[in-house]
Amino acid sequence: MNDQTETDKTVPGAHAVNLGALTGHMGKLSLTDEKPCINVNSLNLYYGEKQALKDISMVVPEKKATAFIGPSGCGKSTLLRCFNRMNDLIDNVRTSGEVRIGGENIFAKAVNVAELRRKVGMVFQKPNPFPKSIYENVAYGLRIQGINRRQTLDAVVEKALKSAALWDEVKDRLDDNALGLSGGQAQRLVIARAIAIEPEILLLDEPCSALDPISTLKVEELIYELKANYTIVIVTHNMQQAARVSDYTAYMYLGEMIEFNDTGTLFTNPGEKMTEDYITGRYG
Amino acid sequence: MRAKSSFRDWFNSGEPYIWLNAGAVSLSIIMVVGLVALIMVRGLGHFWPSDVAAFDYTDTDGTVVALAGEFVDTESVPRARQAGNDSRIPADLEVIDRSLVRVGNRDYTGFDYHWVLDAAIHNLHYPEDIMAVERYEWGNFYGYLKAVKENGEVVDAAPDWESFQRYIAESEKILGEIHLIEKDLIGAVNYEMERLRLRERGLVLNNEPPGNPAFGEIEARRASLQEEYNGYTGRLTDLYERLNRASFVATLAGGREVELPFAKVVRAYRPNAMSITGKIVFYFEKLWEFVSGDPREANTEGGIFPAIFGTVLMVMIMAVLVTPFGVVAAVYLREYARQGPFTRLVRIAVNNLAGVPSVVYGVFGLGFFVYFLGGTIDELFFVESLPAPTFGTPGIMWASLTMAILTVPVVIVSTEEGLARVPRAIREGSLALGATKAETLWRTVLPMTASAMLTGLILAIARAAGEVAPLMLVGVVKLAPSMPLDGNFPYLHLDRKFMHLGFHIYDVGFQSPNVEAARPLVYATAFLLILIIIFLNLAAIKVRNTLREKYRAAEQN
Repeated sequence: MNDQTETDKTVPGAHAVNLGALTGHMGKLSLTDEKPCINVNSLNLYYGEKQALKDISMVVPEKKATAFIGPSGCGKSTLLRCFNRMNDLIDNVRTSGEVRIGGENIFAKAVNVAELRRKVGMVFQKPNPFPKSIYENVAYGLRIQGINRRQTLDAVVEKALKSAALWDEVKDRLDDNALGLSGGQAQRLVIARAIAIEPEILLLDEPCSALDPISTLKVEELIYELKANYTIVIVTHNMQQAARVSDYTAYMYLGEMIEFNDTGTLFTNPGEKMTEDYITGRYG
Repeated sequence: MRAKSSFRDWFNSGEPYIWLNAGAVSLSIIMVVGLVALIMVRGLGHFWPSDVAAFDYTDTDGTVVALAGEFVDTESVPRARQAGNDSRIPADLEVIDRSLVRVGNRDYTGFDYHWVLDAAIHNLHYPEDIMAVERYEWGNFYGYLKAVKENGEVVDAAPDWESFQRYIAESEKILGEIHLIEKDLIGAVNYEMERLRLRERGLVLNNEPPGNPAFGEIEARRASLQEEYNGYTGRLTDLYERLNRASFVATLAGGREVELPFAKVVRAYRPNAMSITGKIVFYFEKLWEFVSGDPREANTEGGIFPAIFGTVLMVMIMAVLVTPFGVVAAVYLREYARQGPFTRLVRIAVNNLAGVPSVVYGVFGLGFFVYFLGGTIDELFFVESLPAPTFGTPGIMWASLTMAILTVPVVIVSTEEGLARVPRAIREGSLALGATKAETLWRTVLPMTASAMLTGLILAIARAAGEVAPLMLVGVVKLAPSMPLDGNFPYLHLDRKFMHLGFHIYDVGFQSPNVEAARPLVYATAFLLILIIIFLNLAAIKVRNTLREKYRAAEQN
C-alpha cells in the first residue's frame, strides 16, 4: 500500500501530459476527477514481424473497472498481458514505449517481474485452478512469498474466499481437490487466489467466456463489488457485460485504440463510426 | 451383385477391423499367458516329490540290471532312430517309447540321468521303503536304508524312519552352527583383520614412526582378534568331529551296500510312502528353500536368494541414481534450454542412446567407471590396499551406474513428455501470482509431472532387471562369496560383486556340468525373474496411478 501514496505524488503530472496526448482518441473523455493507475505511452508490440499493438496511449483510472472490447485478434488481450508482463513468456515479442504503474516503467530492466505480478493480479479465460486443495490454491501466492504460518494463512484464505463470494460454498471442503469445483466456482476460486495476495490491480482476461449464464452473473456481481477496492481491467467479447460491469470502455481494432470513453457515453453516443458499427452489430 | 454389395457394406461397417484388432489382442494375450504358463509348469514342477520307481532293465548286451529312480520325461521316436537291430524291441513296433529316468547315485554309477527303452522295463514297482536323499555333493541318492553307524560301529541295525530323521536333524543343527561360525563370526573377524591391515599399511605409507602408539593399538586389537579366531577354530574342530561321527548304510537298487555320512545329507524322504498333504508340504518347503536358500553344487541345486537379492538391490540403486539425473536433464532440456538446432541435436542423441546395444554400455562401464573412475578413487582414497583394487574392479556400484546410464534416456523422454503435457494455463496461473519460474516448476509443474517420471522409471526398471550382457562386464559373478549388504560396517558394500537372476539363468543353463538337473532350475529362475519384474512394476504402477488420478482433470484443461 506504500506504492499507492507514491502514485498520488508522482502521477498527476504525467496524467496531464497523457490527456494532452490522448485527446485525438478520447475527445470528450474527462479524467480530471479520476486518479490514474496505469499510464500507457505510445506502446507498440510486435510478435516477430507482425505488429500487434500500434502506438497505444491511455490511462487506466484507479479503483474503477475498465473494459477492453473489440473483435477477435484486435490486441485487447495482448494489451492486458502487457500490464503484468505476461507477454515475456512468448518468444519473439518486442515492445517499445512504456507502461507506468505507480510512476515506474514496468518494462525497465530493474523491475522485478515476480514483484510486479504480485502487484498486478491476473485471471485467465479458462479457470486454471492448480491440482491442489482449495485451501492450498488460495494460499499459493502467500506460500510463494514464504508465509507459512497456519493462522495467517487461515485468515487470508477465509477473507479471500469471502471476497470472491465462494466461502459459503466451499467452507466445509477446503481440503478437497480444487479440480472438483464447477467452472463458475473454479473461476471465483481463481479470483480469490489472485486477491489473496492483495494486488492493486486485477486483470481479467475474458473471465466469463467459459462459464454458463448463472456463473457469469455471479462473477459479474463479484467484479462489481471488487472494484471498490481494486483497479480492474477486463477484456470481454460480450458488450452487455462491458456495459454492465465497467466504468470506462476502450474499443480496439487491429491493434489500435479506436475510442476510449466512459462506458455510458461510449455505448450511447460513440464518437467514432467504427465503434458505433461494432456496438450496434454492423461490424464486418 | 447383391452379395458383393453386402460384402462391401460389411467391410465399410468397420467390423473387419474390430475382428482384426480383437484377434491381435487375443493373440498377444495367449502368447503372454502361454509363455508364463510354460515357464511356470516346467520350472515349478521340479520341486514336486515324484514317486521313485524300481525296475529291472535289460541292457543292450542282454544283461539285466536293477534300477531305481524318478521318471522325468517320456518321448516317442521312430524305430529308425534307435540304433541298429535291437533285440529288445518287438519286431512289429514302428514307434518306440523311451523315458528319461533320474537314477541319481552319480558317485557310484557315473551318471545322474538315464534314457531307458520302455519295452525293456520289467517288473516295474514302487516300493514303499525306497528313499530319496538330497545331498550336498553328488546329487540325489536313491536306495534302501539299512543301518546307522557311529564312529564306524553299527549302533542300529534296523533303524526306524523317525530315528533316522533325528540323525539328519542333529547333523543339520551342527551344520547350522558351523555355518554361523564360519560365515558370520569368522567372517567378521577376517573383515576386521583386513581393515586393521589396511590401517597399518596406511600408517606405514604416511611414514609414521614405528613408535606411533597407533601401531601398538593395532597390534593389540589384532592379538585379541587372533585369540577370538582361535576360540572359533577350537569350537569348529569340535563341531566337525561331532558332525562326522554318524553315518548310515544303504543298499542301492542292485543290492550293493554303501556308507554315507549324515554330514552330506540335506534331507531324506520316502516319496512313495508320502501322503498327498505330505507331498504338498514337502513341495512348499522345497520352493521356500529355492527362494530363500544359497545355491549348491555349481548352482544346480539349492536356492537362488543371493541372485534375487542382488537383482533387486542393483535395480533399486539404479532407480535412485537414474531418477534425479533423468529428471534434471529433462527439466533443463524442456524448460530452460533455448529450443534450437542444438537442443534438437541433444534430444536426438538422447533418443539414440536408448537404441545402443546394451553390451556397449557394459564396455563403456568397464572402461570408464571401473578402470578410470574406480582406479582414480582407489588411488585417492584406498591407497593402502593397492595393488589390490577396491573400487577399481567390477562391483554393484558400477553395475548400477552402468544400468543408470543405459536407462536414463527412457526417464528423460518420458519426463519431457510429462512436462509438455502440463497445460500452459497452469504455469501462467502460477507465474501470475508472482512465482518465479523455478518456484512454478518446483511447486506446480514437477508434482504434475510425477506420474510421467514414474512411467519412465517403470520402463527403466523393466529394462534394467532383464539386462544381463553389460552386467557380466561390470560386476555380476557366478557365485558371490558375500552379499553386498551384511552386518559388517558400513553394511552396504558398493564395491562388492553380486549375483543376478538373469546371469544365473545363463550360467545354470549354459555353464552347468549337469544339464538335465539344471534345466528345470533355468525355468524356475526365469519364472522368478518375471515375478520380480512384475512386482517392481506393479509397485511403481500403483504409485503412478494414484498420482495420475490426482492430476488427471488438470491435464484435460
